[in-house]
Amino acid sequence: MDLNLTEEQDMIVRMVRRFVRDEIIPLEMHLDPDADELAPEDRSRLIEKTKEMGLYGLDIPPAYGGPDIDLVTRTLIAIEMSQHRAGLYAPCYGTFGGAGLAQLFEATDEQKEKYLYPTLRGEKRGFFGLSEPSGGSDPARAIQTKAVQDGSDWIINGGKLWISGADRANFGLVFARTNADKGRNGVTCFIVDTDTPGFHVRRVVHTLRSAHYATELQFEDMRIPASNILGELNKGFAIANDRLTRQRIPYAASCIGVAIKAQEMALDYVPQRETFGAPLSSRQSIQWMLVDNEIDIKQSTWITLEAANKANLGEPFRKEAAMAKLVATEAGGRVVDRCMQMFGGLGVAKDLPFERWFREMRIRRIGEGPSEVQRHVIARELLGASLR
Amino acid sequence: MAIRLDKPWQPMAEAGSALKGHMGVFQLANEAGEILLINYAGGRSLFGLKGEVIDQAKELSEVTQFRVEVTTAYMSRFRELMMVYHADHGKYPKHNPPVNLGRLSPV
Repeated sequence: MDLNLTEEQDMIVRMVRRFVRDEIIPLEMHLDPDADELAPEDRSRLIEKTKEMGLYGLDIPPAYGGPDIDLVTRTLIAIEMSQHRAGLYAPCYGTFGGAGLAQLFEATDEQKEKYLYPTLRGEKRGFFGLSEPSGGSDPARAIQTKAVQDGSDWIINGGKLWISGADRANFGLVFARTNADKGRNGVTCFIVDTDTPGFHVRRVVHTLRSAHYATELQFEDMRIPASNILGELNKGFAIANDRLTRQRIPYAASCIGVAIKAQEMALDYVPQRETFGAPLSSRQSIQWMLVDNEIDIKQSTWITLEAANKANLGEPFRKEAAMAKLVATEAGGRVVDRCMQMFGGLGVAKDLPFERWFREMRIRRIGEGPSEVQRHVIARELLGASLR
Repeated sequence: MAIRLDKPWQPMAEAGSALKGHMGVFQLANEAGEILLINYAGGRSLFGLKGEVIDQAKELSEVTQFRVEVTTAYMSRFRELMMVYHADHGKYPKHNPPVNLGRLSPV
């Protein structure tokens, strides 16, 4: 793996960096410190800019109209896109577009017409409904939502928890147990329209994040046609697992971006701030914090880029993606924490972004599979089937 | 935490003494207890709930009562209260500007 950026990668990274600094950060000066949305007119204007940059819909495959950008470069872009206050959960406030639910690229032609293409055009929104009150890290066993066949339909009963965006979605991917005796081979993925009778968004789940909330869903005798099964019957776990693995790389990248920005702010601040007659930067305790930050950032960056490179080459990357998620989320938390310490009172005030990053970064060690599960995935890859 | 904000209403005349500079959400109502506005005091609000409740009530002559909930999750709680109001009434409060929110069907 070549550790140097290509000329094209360097150009793209600089372009995105300039976009964040010139377009996003100035708008944040006037937004609520916890905001996750831009004013509609600002959002439309910036989407036009990312389209002009040729970077809109980054994760959409070229066959569906997305720019043909490899995963390593997309990871570098994700690191840049998150270098602002809302960057962890709303990188550039969505102005680079997205692929929606990537699982739909494997859908039938009829399903693509109904769900994928409208999503890519920005006409429909989807949600990913996997986690349940019984757990999210072990979906093969934790899924208790049941689907029972009734003629050519399936009747779904149960509930989901920690689901983002379900209250605004037009449809969602809902994983339900279709065979009680088969563990991970008894789970099926259904495409569910949110106007289906029996679909309920029961409540908002408030967390450390103030804006980007999760929801709790309840399904009561929800009738879904068999034509809305995504993939094959009882093969839903593979869809969920693939998504969880792929998601770990951009998840890690945004933590790195925030850590880089926090470190940059600290490096600007400590030579200016004087205590007891000398700048903070002259104190060894401060210098060591900056050194530890730099090491944390470099380690996470290389591990995450290696995972992206393996995925890009089509090689197995589950272990590398788990390592990236584990290392970047934990390192990101340490970096933000050290920067808050260097800034003192300002570090915990809403005037600066550290307190938001601190809250949101804490969630990162839990979301998309907690650190302990990542370690389990890595151990399983190292030790083989004996641990399965 | 209850989904609906069901604390007793307080007269606007008491706002100055009852409220502090916390972040949180609030509702303003008329004498009949009809909710006219739901809003929040966020991280940029000068004097927090105290400032926002008093300033925004001044703009609405019908307002005679208020109630608040102190919370740092003011944005998600604001959106939840708006969605619950919409679920209960089929519309948003009279003085809230048009918003693009999701939908809830609370029990």
